[in-house]
Amino acid sequence: MKTYNIKLVLLAICTSLLFVQCADDDENGNVIDQDLCSDGIQNGDEEGIDCGGTDCEPCIGSINFTGVYVQEDVMGRPAVNTAFGGSADVKNSFNIAAVSERNDSLTFPLVNFQREFEETLELYHDVYGDALGVDLDYETNILNLDATTFTAVLANFDALQVAPNATTTYFDGTNVLTGRNLGDDVIDISLILMFGGTNGDRFDGNNGTPQLTSDGVGVGDRDLTLPFPYMEDPISQ
Amino acid sequence: MALAVFLIAADHIDSPSVAGTKVDIADFYAFEGDNPNNTVFIATLQGPLEPGQVTENAVFDEDVLVEFKIDNTGDFKEDLVIQAIRRDSIMYFFGPSEVDQPDTERDGVSGLTSSVFINDLAGQVRISTTDSLFTAENRGMQFFAGPRRDYFFFDFNRFNDIASGTAAPEGFFPEGTATDFFENLNVLSIVVEVPNALLGEAPDHVGGAVGITGLPKAYNVWVSTKRKQ
Repeated sequence: MKTYNIKLVLLAICTSLLFVQCADDDENGNVIDQDLCSDGIQNGDEEGIDCGGTDCEPCIGSINFTGVYVQEDVMGRPAVNTAFGGSADVKNSFNIAAVSERNDSLTFPLVNFQREFEETLELYHDVYGDALGVDLDYETNILNLDATTFTAVLANFDALQVAPNATTTYFDGTNVLTGRNLGDDVIDISLILMFGGTNGDRFDGNNGTPQLTSDGVGVGDRDLTLPFPYMEDPISQ
Repeated sequence: MALAVFLIAADHIDSPSVAGTKVDIADFYAFEGDNPNNTVFIATLQGPLEPGQVTENAVFDEDVLVEFKIDNTGDFKEDLVIQAIRRDSIMYFFGPSEVDQPDTERDGVSGLTSSVFINDLAGQVRISTTDSLFTAENRGMQFFAGPRRDYFFFDFNRFNDIASGTAAPEGFFPEGTATDFFENLNVLSIVVEVPNALLGEAPDHVGGAVGITGLPKAYNVWVSTKRKQ
């Protein structure tokens, strides 16, 4: 009797699951069948639990994941390689380098990423200085980093820092370098670090200075309140 | 003097060797999830994508392995890796896996080469389309892969003018006049949310090494794309 009861219960559970349907959560009316392939047991002609057979996705063991994969692109902080890489050779080298080995002259005898980045940083200032007819150099920024230290952090420690169980942000006025949110204005923050000088307002468009510390655009109408996966549907047309 | 910068940042089309390919990383985000005990990792790829057919036709490459790297000791070498790779219409996720594992072909030091940690399947999710959203959850982790709106915002055309000297002396345009190049563009996105308990203890913040004090302990994290040889 005991066995019979268990079978009955299982049958009842399976039957109820068979008839469950749920809408996906983008509110576009699509309906996803919740069928045998998600009931947590091997049934029908499944080759494993909820996999294989005629109706379900293939079982993991039958899929070929073999092979060796080699790095072609890498990214930590925003806009590092794009803004500071300078030449195509430097950018390509940066992307195939391990994060921990960019400061290794044995691994990279022909390129010093920090020095390349510092030259690019000064070149931005030279370009603008030439246009204005003055001599411009980078000035120690609001994080109190001089040109060499700032570019060493960018070149040799290119990772996002993300703090567990703390406010995460690239910079929110209070917290700094504890993550990167979808709405963080990483360009303005980067521009302030590059052109803002010691107080962050060196070239902020006021008092006759050019506006180099904000690009004038923000997150706009992108929705920052969405649940997982946190990003909006793609723009349709 | 002109500085030739054709910038489509943050990492969008950053280097000639990867621009326009399916390994090209557009952006990387890492932040606290709606559940404060979780961290969310987002990699966006192949951006920017025009809306319509370009977005609809964009696919993840089955020969491209996407890896989220987590350094939890402070030496900028990955200690844990979360992998994502497509097979047919499904994105498979593995990890977080410790890098020094027997029977794998990764070097365990620099992390430049990898094989898939097939014994560490974390979950799988049907790849979303332009009009259907699929998410999945397993063991406290959540998974997504598919096209999304690009969240990167930047007046990149004006930046190029600044870099080449033609925007002097004004610099950037003021708010309202400036143009967000990415406002109506899309990317392919991979999103994984992970309980912090799976990531180990965080190390001291790297900022301390350059005199930026008072920062909370923080993982060092980055994303890479690797192509099958």
